[in-house]
Amino acid sequence: MIRRAVRFLDQRAGAGSALGKALRYVFPDHWTFLFGEIALYSFVILVATGIYLTLFFEPSSSTIVYHGSYAPLQGQEMSKAYASALTLSFEVPAGLLIRQVHHWTALVFLAAIVLHLMRIFFTGAYRKPRDLNYYVGLTMLTLAVIEGYAGYSLLDDLLSGMGLAIGNAVALSIPVVGGQLGTLIWGGRFPGTDAFFSRLYIAHVFIFPVLIGSLMALHLAMVAIPRHTQFRGRRRRESNVIGTPLWPGYALRSLGLFFSVAAVLFALGGLVQINPIWQWGPYEPYLGTNGAQPDWYLGWLIGALRLMPHFDVVIGGYTLVPNPFWGGVLFPGLVFGFLYAWPAIERRLDRDYAPHNLLDRPRDNPRRTAIGAALFAWVATIFFAGAADRAFVQLGVPYEGQLWGYRAASVLVPTAAYLLTRRVCEHLREDGGHPGRGSGARVLARSRSGGFEELRPQGQSAADGEQG
Amino acid sequence: MRPRRILIGTLAAVLGAFAIAVFAQPPQARPQGGSSAGTVAVPTGLREAGRALFAEGCSSCHGFEGEGVPGQAPSLRGAGEAAADFYLRTGRMPLDQVGEEPLRATPRYSDSQIRALDAYVASLGPGPAIPVVEPGRGSVSDGMQMFNESCAGCHGTGGKGGVAIGAYAPPLGEATPTEVGEAIRVGPYVMPSFSEAQLDQRDLDSIARYVQLTQNPDDAGGFGIGHIGPVPEGLVAWFAAIAALLLVARLIGQRNEGDEPGGEEGGKA
Repeated sequence: MIRRAVRFLDQRAGAGSALGKALRYVFPDHWTFLFGEIALYSFVILVATGIYLTLFFEPSSSTIVYHGSYAPLQGQEMSKAYASALTLSFEVPAGLLIRQVHHWTALVFLAAIVLHLMRIFFTGAYRKPRDLNYYVGLTMLTLAVIEGYAGYSLLDDLLSGMGLAIGNAVALSIPVVGGQLGTLIWGGRFPGTDAFFSRLYIAHVFIFPVLIGSLMALHLAMVAIPRHTQFRGRRRRESNVIGTPLWPGYALRSLGLFFSVAAVLFALGGLVQINPIWQWGPYEPYLGTNGAQPDWYLGWLIGALRLMPHFDVVIGGYTLVPNPFWGGVLFPGLVFGFLYAWPAIERRLDRDYAPHNLLDRPRDNPRRTAIGAALFAWVATIFFAGAADRAFVQLGVPYEGQLWGYRAASVLVPTAAYLLTRRVCEHLREDGGHPGRGSGARVLARSRSGGFEELRPQGQSAADGEQG
Repeated sequence: MRPRRILIGTLAAVLGAFAIAVFAQPPQARPQGGSSAGTVAVPTGLREAGRALFAEGCSSCHGFEGEGVPGQAPSLRGAGEAAADFYLRTGRMPLDQVGEEPLRATPRYSDSQIRALDAYVASLGPGPAIPVVEPGRGSVSDGMQMFNESCAGCHGTGGKGGVAIGAYAPPLGEATPTEVGEAIRVGPYVMPSFSEAQLDQRDLDSIARYVQLTQNPDDAGGFGIGHIGPVPEGLVAWFAAIAALLLVARLIGQRNEGDEPGGEEGGKA
C-alpha cells in the first residue's frame, strides 16, 4: 500500500526518489536513542491537547464573580482566566482529562528532553559535525522550560500567581536593565496590566510552540542530513550506518512508542490528579501560601534561590545586584553557558577538530563522563534543595539544617561525583566488563596437581557479542 | 521476560509506589483527641480536681498557682480555658522537656481530666473561653477566602503545613472544628491570635468548615497524591511515567552497543 502511495506521489509530483530514499533511511538501534522520540511524541500530544484547551480558556485578568458548579469557590471574585480554567475543569466535556493530560505531558516532555541531553552528552554525540544540532537542542530545552512556566502561570490560581511573583523578582534583579525589563514584560509593576496576560497567552499558545516546532523540524533534518550516529561495533565504521530502515521496521516500532507515550500520559491524566487549581483558590498579590513549589523543571532554580546566602552588591545607596540574580539568573546562566560552550572546550582540550560519527561509550572518555556527572549532580543537588520545605513538613528534618547541609553538598557532591565517575570509567576501560551485564566472575579450573587455570576469560569481545 | 527486566520493572514500580505513598500519607499521623465539650458552668468540685491534677502534672514548670517560672514556662493567668483545652487535647502539653516546640501528640489526659484542668486554668484569670464552633453555620467559600488571607501564609493553602520562622506550622489534617477555633483565639506558640473584631464567630465557623473540606478535598482529577502540588507531581512524572516509558524503550530498542545480525547497512551519506 505504501509502495502504491509512493508511486501515486511519484507520478504526480516527482517526489518518488526523495520519498523512497526517506523510506530506506537507516536508524541505528539502541534503546537510549529513543529518549528524543519520547520528547517528540510528548510535543505532539501537547499540541493536540493544547488546541482543545484554547477553545475554552479565556486569557483575561479582568475580574468576575464565580457562579460555576464548584461550590467552595462560589461568590468569590477572581480573574476570568481562573474562572474559565475552573469551567474547563468542571463543566467542559473531557476538559479536566485533557487539562491533566496536557500538564502531565509537559512534565514528561521536559524529563525526556533532559534524559536525551544526558544521552547526547555522555556518548559524545554533540561532536562535530553535530555540534550545531546540539545547540538547537539546548535552545529547545530553554524554550520548553519557559513555555512550561508560561503555561502553568496562565491559570491565575494562587500557586501560579506566586510563581509569577518570583519570576518578576528575578527579572527585576538583573543589574542595570532589570527594572526596565520587568516593566516591559509586565507592562508596569507586578502583577502587571491586562496586556501582560495576553502577552503570556500568545507566548504560550503561539510564539513558543511555533519556535519549538520549527526548531524540532530543523533538529530532525539536521539529524538525518549528516545521518545518525551509532555505537562502535562489528562492520560499523565512521563512514556507514547500520540499523533498521525506516520502512517497514523502524516506523512501526516508533509508532508503537508513540502509542505507549500516549497511553501512559492519558492513564496518568485520567487517574492521577495534577494541579487541582480549585484547591488553591484565586490569586491576589497580597496573598501567599506556604509550601508553594514550581513544576519540577524549575525546581533547580527555586533551590538555587533558597540556597544562596543573603548577599547583594550595593554601591553607595544603589543596589547593583539584588540577591535573586545569583540563583535565578547567574546559576542557570552558568549551567546553560557551560553546556553551550562544552563542545568547543573539548575540541580545544583535545586538539581534536575531526568529525566524529561513531559514539563513545561513557567509559571511553572518562574525563567527559566525569565532568558531565559532576555537572548533573550539581544541578540535581540544588534541585533537591528546592523541596527542602516539603522534606521538613513530611519528614521532620529541620529546615535551616537542611539548607546548610545542601550548601555543603552543592560543593561536595559534584566533587565526589567527578572523582568517583572518573575512577569507575577508568576501571571499566581496563577491565572490559559491562556494568550490569554478567557478574565479572572468572571461571577457574583446578587441575589434578592442584594448580589453577582460567577457563574462559570474559573479555571485551565476549561482552560485546552477547545479544539482548 | 528475563529476570533483569522483571527486576527493573519491579524496582520502578516499587519506587513509584513509594514516592506516592510518602506523599499520600497525612504527615505525622498520630491518634487524635476527642472533641471538646464547649463551655459549661464550672462546679467547684471540677476546679478543685483540676487544681490537684495541675499540682501533680503542670506545676513543676508553670508554678503551683500557675504564676509561671521565669526561664521555664509562662504564667497561665489569663491564658483562659481555650488555651488549656487546645494544648491538652492536641497532646501538645505537657512537654517532655522545657523549651522544646509543642507538637501534636497523643493526649496525656482523659476527657474528664482535661475538663477539670480547663476549669482550673480558667479560674486563674480572665482569658478566652472555649469557642463554640459549628462548621454547618459557616460558608465554605468565605472560609477559603479568609484562610488564604490569614492562615495559608504559614499553614499553606489546603492546610498542608509549612515552614514558619523558627517553627513548624502544622498540617491541619487532624484539627477538629473546636481546635481550629481555639487556635485562632489563643494563638498557640508563635501563631498570632485573632480577636473577635478580626474574625467573628461566623468567620470561625466558615474557616472551620473550610478546614473540614481540606481534610477531605474534592479530587475531581483522580488520586490526590498528597494535595501539596508540584513536588509529588514531579515524583510521579519521573518515577511512574518516565520509568514506564524507559521500560518500553528498553523493550523495543536494542540493548547492545555492538552489532546485531539483522542490521542493514544504510547508504553512504
